[in-house]
Amino acid sequence: MMQVVDAPVQAGLLAYGAYLPRHRLQRSELATALGTGTGGGHGARIVASCDEDSTTLGVAAARRALARGGSPDSIYFATTAPAYFDKTNATAIHAALDLGHRGFAVDLAGAARGGSGALRAAATTGGLAVLADIRTGRPGSADERDGGDGAAAFLFGGGEDGAKPIAHVVAQASATAEFLDRWRKPGESASSTWEDRFGLESYLPLVKDAAGRVLERAAIEQADHVVVSCSQARAVAAGAKLFQSRIAATPPAIGYVGAADLGLGLAAVLDRAGPDETILLIGAADGCDAFVLRTTTELTRRRAARPLEAQLAEGRDLLYSTFLTWRGELEREAPRRPEPDRPAAPPSARSEAWKFGFVGTRCAVCGRVHVPPNRVCSGCHAVDQMERAPLANKAGTVATYTVDRLAFSPSPPMIDAVIDFDGGGRCTLELTDAKPDEVEIGTRVEMTFRRLYTSGGVHNYFWKARPYEAMPEAEQLHQPRR
Amino acid sequence: MPNNGIRDRVAIVGMGCTAFGEHWDRSADDLLIDAYEECLSAAPGVTREDIEAYWLGTLSSGQSGMVLSRPLRLGYKPVTRVENLCASGSEAVRNACYAVASGAYDLVMAIGVEKLKDSGYSGLIRSQTPSDGTAPEIALTAPAAFSLLDPAYCRKYNVDPADMRDAMTHVAWKNHANGAKNPRAQFRKEVFKEKIASSPLVAGRLGVFDCSGVSDGSACALLCRAEDAERYTDRPMYVKALAMVAGPADGAIDPAYDYTSFPEVVHAAADAYRQAGVSNPREEIALAEVHDCFTPTEIVLMEDMGFSERGQAWSDVLAGTFDLHGELSVNPDGGLKSFGHPVGASGLRMLYENWLQFRGEAGARQLEDPRLGLTQNLGGRPGTCVAFVAIVGRERG
Repeated sequence: MMQVVDAPVQAGLLAYGAYLPRHRLQRSELATALGTGTGGGHGARIVASCDEDSTTLGVAAARRALARGGSPDSIYFATTAPAYFDKTNATAIHAALDLGHRGFAVDLAGAARGGSGALRAAATTGGLAVLADIRTGRPGSADERDGGDGAAAFLFGGGEDGAKPIAHVVAQASATAEFLDRWRKPGESASSTWEDRFGLESYLPLVKDAAGRVLERAAIEQADHVVVSCSQARAVAAGAKLFQSRIAATPPAIGYVGAADLGLGLAAVLDRAGPDETILLIGAADGCDAFVLRTTTELTRRRAARPLEAQLAEGRDLLYSTFLTWRGELEREAPRRPEPDRPAAPPSARSEAWKFGFVGTRCAVCGRVHVPPNRVCSGCHAVDQMERAPLANKAGTVATYTVDRLAFSPSPPMIDAVIDFDGGGRCTLELTDAKPDEVEIGTRVEMTFRRLYTSGGVHNYFWKARPYEAMPEAEQLHQPRR
Repeated sequence: MPNNGIRDRVAIVGMGCTAFGEHWDRSADDLLIDAYEECLSAAPGVTREDIEAYWLGTLSSGQSGMVLSRPLRLGYKPVTRVENLCASGSEAVRNACYAVASGAYDLVMAIGVEKLKDSGYSGLIRSQTPSDGTAPEIALTAPAAFSLLDPAYCRKYNVDPADMRDAMTHVAWKNHANGAKNPRAQFRKEVFKEKIASSPLVAGRLGVFDCSGVSDGSACALLCRAEDAERYTDRPMYVKALAMVAGPADGAIDPAYDYTSFPEVVHAAADAYRQAGVSNPREEIALAEVHDCFTPTEIVLMEDMGFSERGQAWSDVLAGTFDLHGELSVNPDGGLKSFGHPVGASGLRMLYENWLQFRGEAGARQLEDPRLGLTQNLGGRPGTCVAFVAIVGRERG
């Protein structure tokens, strides 16, 4: 009935990054909107914006994981909510990271277990595990209320370029069983579940088995930190009781994030763990995957620039009606403007570096930066003398801006700004995660990879600008922590 | 390089212009026929056989010369369809002028048409070239693009936004007041300033009344060599200058561009003034039909055209300098504000006002003894546009 799958561990964990979208749906707002009184519970669920999907969330986390460098040969992308079927989504992440055309990029899409699958694969071969999810559920469901959106990414490698691991996977063990806990037919927007008592009873023996064996293999009695991930809240509680951590901690209230849940749990521990500590990861999804990691002294020097707790605190509330609109559950009256055409394949392929990587060009003769790229320099008219000018990690300043109340937008009004980049270059871009009264001439912005719209079944991925309050991520990396 | 110009070598000897508006009962074909018939009926002795070639300006009402030749059943004549965004009508005139000046033809017609109200959408809709989906034009609407002028202008010249708002309101108020006197305008009512200033927002600080309307219309002009003009009319209008610029479109990518000017217009105006021998436009020009697509556009154009000092147009506007009987009458016919902007027809509609004013046929809008006028178009958006300026005169120099 049960199988045991183990794989050799070769690569060390070099870096990690996590990303939580900025929007929050207060459970009280949800309960009020649905008329369920106080039954909605406390706190808020994390909500991805209307211009975010699992691919863009993955890019956001991956950029953070690679903020100190690193050029992974492989990308393993796990999600339960792939933006495309029959087309790899990891390729867009690969392109957005400006990794060129060499390398491997694959989706582990469909079920939450893809998350531990991506971690196993990256830890085995080296490379980047990108775990991202957007959790949907029928209005009023537990999935809607207790789910969350987010992403985490983990860079594994042998330290070829001199980077020292922040942690090692010292053991892993798995168990697999076939049972009907939750499921979804392709094309449906929400999952169905069997009653949770059945799920709990099904998971517990698998968790006991896999986690028991992984501790044995790691030759430890108890881990310093324990992360239990399961769509069944009761199984999480039971697992945490069975395998208690030596160091007590309250995990951030992120909600269940599907394929990214285990990764976000790990990222939260890496945000606070000390050197030479052990982490027991238990991912219970259609079986159980257990890992033991041991941190190194390098961890304290190479933590993610934005801890999850801080990201969690940066939320802003939205209405339930907006949430439903963003998720396509509420079809609103469109402005009397035509929808944009779908992006065409050949022009998108020709401008891959620009559209996905936000790479402009700089004239080698006079230094002028061109965004988008142009073969002829607008300054000195030199022809074909351009060098690459990557701008995705540059901050910029709003030169002027407008609020467009007529434009087609899933989240009107659209804010567009003329952005002047530090070090040269100007571009007109849409602002995101911002309200009209938060923008003025001089507002500082950073770049974020988003989905502008979907037309004709094609997602139009491109970059937007987003205001930042203190300093851009790139600069935060050089600040001492705390 | 500025061109040599064809000052006083071509004359306009007949014009037609339909009423502009929501012509639910009229197709583009109908509008072309109406403008054409009006023009010919006002030019005694001219038959359709006399017109040797045609230039047709339209952005979106069809492709090829057959947009004109089919409805009019023209008999095997050359018809060239031209398109240059909002300068499409003016571009038809420019090319027709050069054809006459070259000696290739004796009598030609420039005609423009646009049927915008069949789309069911608000504002102007441009067809999309297959693309990678990254250009801001795909999403950002025209009012939003032009609304960028307002905060940039206030900031550069330290203008109180309330004063700028008043100036924008004055532009709309003035143009609607002029349009109220024009039987061909789409909107023929004066609008109170309070209503303009508090109209629902469209983009930035631009309200509904800061935007030109959306309408259908057609207008045309009959052109011949200046020396032949008296054969067709006793009061011809002479072409003094034709200037056109397609900008390098680098404002949107150049941090030096500050969104307070249209350099394309500055270049076109300088070229036109040189061709026409105009040294002080504010004094020498009696009327200027300019591209008031949005109210801040007209304010900025006053500076780009050399009518106001830099940073002063807003106060000149408020002082009434450009009112109907002000120092320089700007958009005496009501402008795009009152006419809407049927793209292919607008440039010719602007010429039509000059035509009426020089002939003393402008009715309640009639200016005293106008001798020199201009038309100006802008196609595209701040930092990325084409510009056109023509100067016309009542007398041959």
